[in-house]
Amino acid sequence: MADAGAAAWVRKDLVGIEGLSRREIELILDTAPQFVEVSERESGIKKVPLLQGRLVVNWFFEPSTRTRTSFELAAKRLSADTLTMTVAASSAVKGESLHDTLANIEAMHSDLVVIRHGHAGAARMLAERHDSHIINAGDGYHEHPTQALLDAYTMRDWARQRRGDPAASLDGLRVAIVGDILHSRVARSNVWCLGKLGADVTVCGPRTLLPPAIERMGCRVTSSLPEALNGADIVYVLRMQFERQRGSLLPSVREYVNLYRVDEESLRHAPSHAAVMHPGPVNRDLEVAANVADGPRNLILEQVSNGVAVRMAIMHLLVNSPGPRAGESPAT
Amino acid sequence: MSLVITGGHFIEPASGVSAPRDILVEDGKVAAIGEGLRGSERLDASGCVVCPGLVDIHVHFREPGFEAKETVATGSQAAARGGFTSVVTMPNTNPAIDHAGMVEFVARQAREGAPIRVWPSACATRERAGRDLTEMSELKRAGAVAVTDDGSDIESSWVLRKVLEYAAMCGLPYLAHCEDASLMEGGAINEGYTSTRLGLPGLPKAMEEIRIDRNIRLGVLAGAHVHIQHVSSAEGVAICRRAKAAGLNVTCETAPHYWSLTDEAVETAGSNAKMNPPLREAADMEAVKEGLRDGTIDCIATDHAPHTVTEKDVEVQLAPFGILGLETCLALTITNLVEPGVISLERAVDLLTLQPARVLGLPVGRLEEGGPADITVFDAGAEWMVDPSAFASKSRNTPFAGQTLRGLTRATVCGGQVVYRAE
Amino acid sequence: MASALRRMAQEIAAQCGAVEALVLLGILSRGRPLAERLAQELEAMTGQRPKVGSLATTLYRDDLRSGVRAAKLGGATHFDFDVDGATVIIVDDVIAAGRTARAAMDEVMDYGRPKRIQLACLVDRGLRELPIQPDYCGQRMAAGPRGRVAVMMKETDGEDMVLLTEAPGAGGEDGDG
Repeated sequence: MADAGAAAWVRKDLVGIEGLSRREIELILDTAPQFVEVSERESGIKKVPLLQGRLVVNWFFEPSTRTRTSFELAAKRLSADTLTMTVAASSAVKGESLHDTLANIEAMHSDLVVIRHGHAGAARMLAERHDSHIINAGDGYHEHPTQALLDAYTMRDWARQRRGDPAASLDGLRVAIVGDILHSRVARSNVWCLGKLGADVTVCGPRTLLPPAIERMGCRVTSSLPEALNGADIVYVLRMQFERQRGSLLPSVREYVNLYRVDEESLRHAPSHAAVMHPGPVNRDLEVAANVADGPRNLILEQVSNGVAVRMAIMHLLVNSPGPRAGESPAT
Repeated sequence: MSLVITGGHFIEPASGVSAPRDILVEDGKVAAIGEGLRGSERLDASGCVVCPGLVDIHVHFREPGFEAKETVATGSQAAARGGFTSVVTMPNTNPAIDHAGMVEFVARQAREGAPIRVWPSACATRERAGRDLTEMSELKRAGAVAVTDDGSDIESSWVLRKVLEYAAMCGLPYLAHCEDASLMEGGAINEGYTSTRLGLPGLPKAMEEIRIDRNIRLGVLAGAHVHIQHVSSAEGVAICRRAKAAGLNVTCETAPHYWSLTDEAVETAGSNAKMNPPLREAADMEAVKEGLRDGTIDCIATDHAPHTVTEKDVEVQLAPFGILGLETCLALTITNLVEPGVISLERAVDLLTLQPARVLGLPVGRLEEGGPADITVFDAGAEWMVDPSAFASKSRNTPFAGQTLRGLTRATVCGGQVVYRAE
Repeated sequence: MASALRRMAQEIAAQCGAVEALVLLGILSRGRPLAERLAQELEAMTGQRPKVGSLATTLYRDDLRSGVRAAKLGGATHFDFDVDGATVIIVDDVIAAGRTARAAMDEVMDYGRPKRIQLACLVDRGLRELPIQPDYCGQRMAAGPRGRVAVMMKETDGEDMVLLTEAPGAGGEDGDG
């Protein structure tokens, strides 16, 4: 009776936020708190047996210590067996397609495959053909759904504490996402996720780093940082991949810092209560000032802690819900 | 021995006839066009359109070098199945068709294995490298009907100017693949909302339009005939329209996918909806239709570009550009242009026969007494579902799989021989 | 209900001695107010109040792992004291199969190493599937496999009541308790 009326999860995979409903997103967010509790156990075992005996494969084609360890920890806290395969793109077996490799992984009876890949659409392509549950841990510039979900969880938690309302939603919350929007799957997933949850999102970056027609995803667009920060409850700073920015995208790091760094000075344009978030790892003093990244208004480490719990919730929902198999559910 | 095709509706653009007629074929030639004709063998065309064999001036048959994708023989069978009796093959093979011996090789493969007429085009520059001119005079003598570096544009405007001057001297049209590759930056699909949404690097329309404009201007400078291949964008159509209004020696083509699909198709068809130029947006699709309607676009050409399943069954960004065209072209013309009333059935036949032949000066695309008996019989109302496994092509890369279309080839006759007949 | 709870509290006090060293963990949702009531009774009886917390058990259920039923939402486990060396009494409203009690035990063991674990249930409706018996039981009800036992409480439902109804389906929805 305790759980009567609760919504059920029906998808085999999580490949993106775009196809999810608000109800589905909220189901994930509402499933996460019990897993926060597991990680916060002070004494005793930080583990539950929900994925006991299951095989979770972390398949990473791009280096990403944080996301990989977060998924690995999430799987381990659910008592799953984990296997991590880090594949440098250059050393990928020539001529072996993703489908071939996944078929090989599945021959080892994997239950859930977490994939990070440099090309957009890779996770969905696999999800449509294979039986394993697939979680997209980032595909090219397309989506990074678990990041957006842990961000939404963190923002909701922050809003609930700030308003003293344990049922507060993100409706009307104003979020500014600042940085290289063009090359950011985090920005895309966040725009979808926050939009579906009723937040009011503005993306901000230099014109050379804004993708065409992004406003059609349901956000405001500006190249003025003061304009973006005006009225923002949350300032979400993206990691600048300075190594990716060839000369034609940005004149210099210096010029970027002058125009777009989130620091005490630029934050004067934001309300005093505004919180600062960042998906990590932070380039200190480049996209965000060190004293802001470490300061009282940052939620960066909360994001990391919540990341494990939200990923546990997602793995649990995917694996333990009676759902369709490959090809039966619309990919998201 | 004679063959009579009876009971069909005869559409012949050169003479402007659109009426019930029988055709009598003898010794590979049209012996008579009229009513109540008799012959030793009869092909019943009741309820069907009978027209000149279709002509496609833009196909990739991949031989030599990529025989796993297609050969001259299999490509020609696909053509026959699609109602085509003449095709112009592109020279971006390996090695490329850049000297007379290679043109003769394609002609020999066609003689030995193709049921239809294969008209080779040849490279404009050696090894398609965009530097040194090919021996165009000899290429023409060997049978090349045009020169082109299709698959890529010629980067250097100076080289292209010389190519055009020399091609004009040899009486060869230049087929222009218009693409400013410096704007490509890893692009996979049209740049716009869809590319943003899917996180795929985009190919801006300007990439194509800049070079349509340049290539036309260099054609004027060189006094050459420039034929713009696969126009896909609204502004591309508009540039061609202005050039023609100014009386310039320019022709252009478009392909069925540009009036049938938008870039959103990438979401469902994946790499099978990836080609270059890419599928554009709804407004571009409408502009392409308008270009076909008002005559800006001279003809339909498929850009039949086979790739193996293995090559296409990868991430969109890694997949090669190109889709099949020959076996769906007629149906996409009828389903998406004729039935919605964009163009008449007569105009559709014109765009698929007389006009492409006229663009390259090929002696086909018409039916007259004493002329070659290249004839297509199709049922404009017949519904069928696109099943790539039934294709005669070696490849399967079509975004139209599973779609129900109308317009089906019943029989294809080339040089008086029935080269394809539907069961 | 009040008299049953009083009797259970008396039994607990008699068996366990030092009430302040006792830990009552109520299984969400009805077990939690039951644990509170028992604590009040014990306090009234002995002047000492046991520690009270809640157990979700959701994460330890054996029917979630096999995909038997959809993952559902519930409250979270919460207690802010150590269970090492304590006497823990797991409190639930209804026991049937015994699977919830098994999950609750696993959960408690993951939090520490209690000296002993006991089980208190307001209603024992039979139909056990595991060798688990309550140490303290308010009442027994032979409801049969189609019967449905629902405990309602002032704190969660507005009034105290134990309902026995004949459900059309097999087992009660709460019958795996």
